[in-house]
Amino acid sequence: MKPLEEKPWDTQPWLDKHKKPFLEIRGVTKKFGDFTAVNNVSLEIYKSELFCLLGGSGCGKTTLLRVLAGFETPTEGKIFIDGVDVTELPPYERPVNMMFQSYAIFPHMSVEKNIAYGLKRERLPKAEIRSRVEDVLELVQMSPFAKRKPHQLSGGQQQRVALARALVKQPKILLLDEPLAALDRNLREETQFELMNIQDKLGITFIVVTHDQKEAMTLSTRIAVMNKGQFVEIGTPTDIYEYPQSRFTANFIGSINIFEGVVKEDRLDSHVVRCEDTECDLLIDRDSSIHAGESVWVAIRPEKINVSKEEPADHHFNTVRGKILDFGYLGNLSVYNVELDSGKIVKASAPNRNRISKHRVDWDDIVYLSWEAANTVVLSG
Amino acid sequence: MNVNSVKLNDQTIAIEENRVPPTEKPVVRSGKLRHLLNAFEARTWRNIVIGIPYIWMLLLFFLPFLYVFKISLAESIMARPPFSTLFTWVGDAQVSINLVFDNYLLLLQDALYTTAYLNSLKIAFVATLICLIIGYIMAYGIARAQPTMRNILLLLVILPFWTSFLLRVYAWMGLLANHGIINNLLLAIGLIDKPIQMMYTNFAMYVVFVYSFLPFMILPLYANLEKLDATLDEASADLGAKPVTTFLTITLPLSVPGIIAGCMLVFIPAVGEFVIPTLVGGPDSLMIGRMLFDEFFANRDWPVASAVAVVLLILLVFPFMLYKHFSAKQEERSP
Repeated sequence: MKPLEEKPWDTQPWLDKHKKPFLEIRGVTKKFGDFTAVNNVSLEIYKSELFCLLGGSGCGKTTLLRVLAGFETPTEGKIFIDGVDVTELPPYERPVNMMFQSYAIFPHMSVEKNIAYGLKRERLPKAEIRSRVEDVLELVQMSPFAKRKPHQLSGGQQQRVALARALVKQPKILLLDEPLAALDRNLREETQFELMNIQDKLGITFIVVTHDQKEAMTLSTRIAVMNKGQFVEIGTPTDIYEYPQSRFTANFIGSINIFEGVVKEDRLDSHVVRCEDTECDLLIDRDSSIHAGESVWVAIRPEKINVSKEEPADHHFNTVRGKILDFGYLGNLSVYNVELDSGKIVKASAPNRNRISKHRVDWDDIVYLSWEAANTVVLSG
Repeated sequence: MNVNSVKLNDQTIAIEENRVPPTEKPVVRSGKLRHLLNAFEARTWRNIVIGIPYIWMLLLFFLPFLYVFKISLAESIMARPPFSTLFTWVGDAQVSINLVFDNYLLLLQDALYTTAYLNSLKIAFVATLICLIIGYIMAYGIARAQPTMRNILLLLVILPFWTSFLLRVYAWMGLLANHGIINNLLLAIGLIDKPIQMMYTNFAMYVVFVYSFLPFMILPLYANLEKLDATLDEASADLGAKPVTTFLTITLPLSVPGIIAGCMLVFIPAVGEFVIPTLVGGPDSLMIGRMLFDEFFANRDWPVASAVAVVLLILLVFPFMLYKHFSAKQEERSP
């Protein structure tokens, strides 16, 4: 398994209209009896992407992955990999491999034999199998454990074996079902970056299913947020975090404060929004789809809110006054729950850049929260 | 879900991970003596619970077996009980021990016994093999059935146990007889013009053997197959194995413990089986269980009958010990 010398792919292939997608999902629906697990989804994934399917449990992300692997036949729709229709192909004839959440390592075979299993099925010459197994063992840093049986390995080592077993087949697409869920926190963070490095080295297209938004944000080139069997939003981690389109995404990824209001006035480069929960009006950036008189949801992330005990000088817009209801010291940052006069609770957070011995605020302190118009997002639904 | 609460959760998890896991607490009693008492009690109870079945085995299996072994070394005499005594007092403070090995020699010399032993092993082996093939398919089917169906299917496997074994053998006699149900049916639809001789043939014996012992094969196999992780099959398919290959390389090797358990449970009682060969077997299918019965009750030759029993036990225990020995060695090699 040789690392690629140069990267033939560009970093954002989905923006190129002429680029051919590597994996195409066209209107796929999967029903189990009356229950629709995946509801008419379409998706295009490009070569060498690290694509995350993100969603809560029961959102259909794992079912979609199993449809891609061939364990489930879609009720409707088609799947194309590299231009070939694979919808009806059984798992053992598909150019994809899967890393299972439970790893599914064969307990009666040594690490070596587990990894060689897929290559033996291709009836490759023995010498080639041996060299490919050795290479992949080195890649995942498991060479010293080649002769071990699975039950003699730790969770992290088993995870590497599962990854190596799928990688050694050099699949067109590698499917990973919650690849890091079974690892403890420190190992998980370490492995995340290792997974990214391996993907970068080999240039294989990865599709990762996860319920962990942090994991999705760290790993992926693009994320598809799923809910009730459908894609809510597809975009880069930055797009999804900074410019969520819907309230579901905004709430699912990180935390966010949402103000409901009515557009009072359209200005040249901004809109003024009247909100019942705040004393002053909210200012948002100009958006061609918004007009005066419409009701909108204005959202702001907690870390983009400035918390101060003194009233800011410019307090015409985007400034609210409230009482500290709760605060938490998390080490790297402090979080505040501030209750406005209207009773609405606003979350704010601030990094602790300097070492503190004493908290700057206390319960029931009156504080002022303010933010920049450019940092707000308008949500459509 | 939001960033803050996730952070909070992570912190609490981190704290919990650092904590020492709670050790099992004994019943709270103060003082060192109480502590010792608790430990003693726990050990005593454990010993009692383990000990009861062993005492049972000792009293009802091992001691009677020693007695049978003693009889096998005696001489057949016209008396009650019909065998000579092992120890006789001769004069003062002298014991004469009278060991007779004739019975064992007879088993070796008389071709009848050797044939019966070999025949029993052969019939039991073939019956076990047929049970394994049918039982494996059934157990696999049940293990892969819908969870709600599994219990019903298992119940159907066990259901015949609710009637007497003897009754079921008689029922088969009714089915297989020359004027039995099967022959009558075939005659009625005109497939045959005279009854097929099924009773008192090896065929009838195998049918009844397989029928009677099949549940003993299915149950341990089912218990084994049901535990197998279905995602292993999926992983195998994902790596390019066709279903047949998956079965041969994954399912079959992982079900070896079930296969061995099932085969033991069928083979061992089948070798010594008495009822089936007596009731449905032919004259040429002489089995050791029947010989044993004849020696005891027809010939009243207890010493020979005992020798037959002892040799049978050795024949059955020996392969079992061998298997245990090798499986233990294998475990040593891959700790």
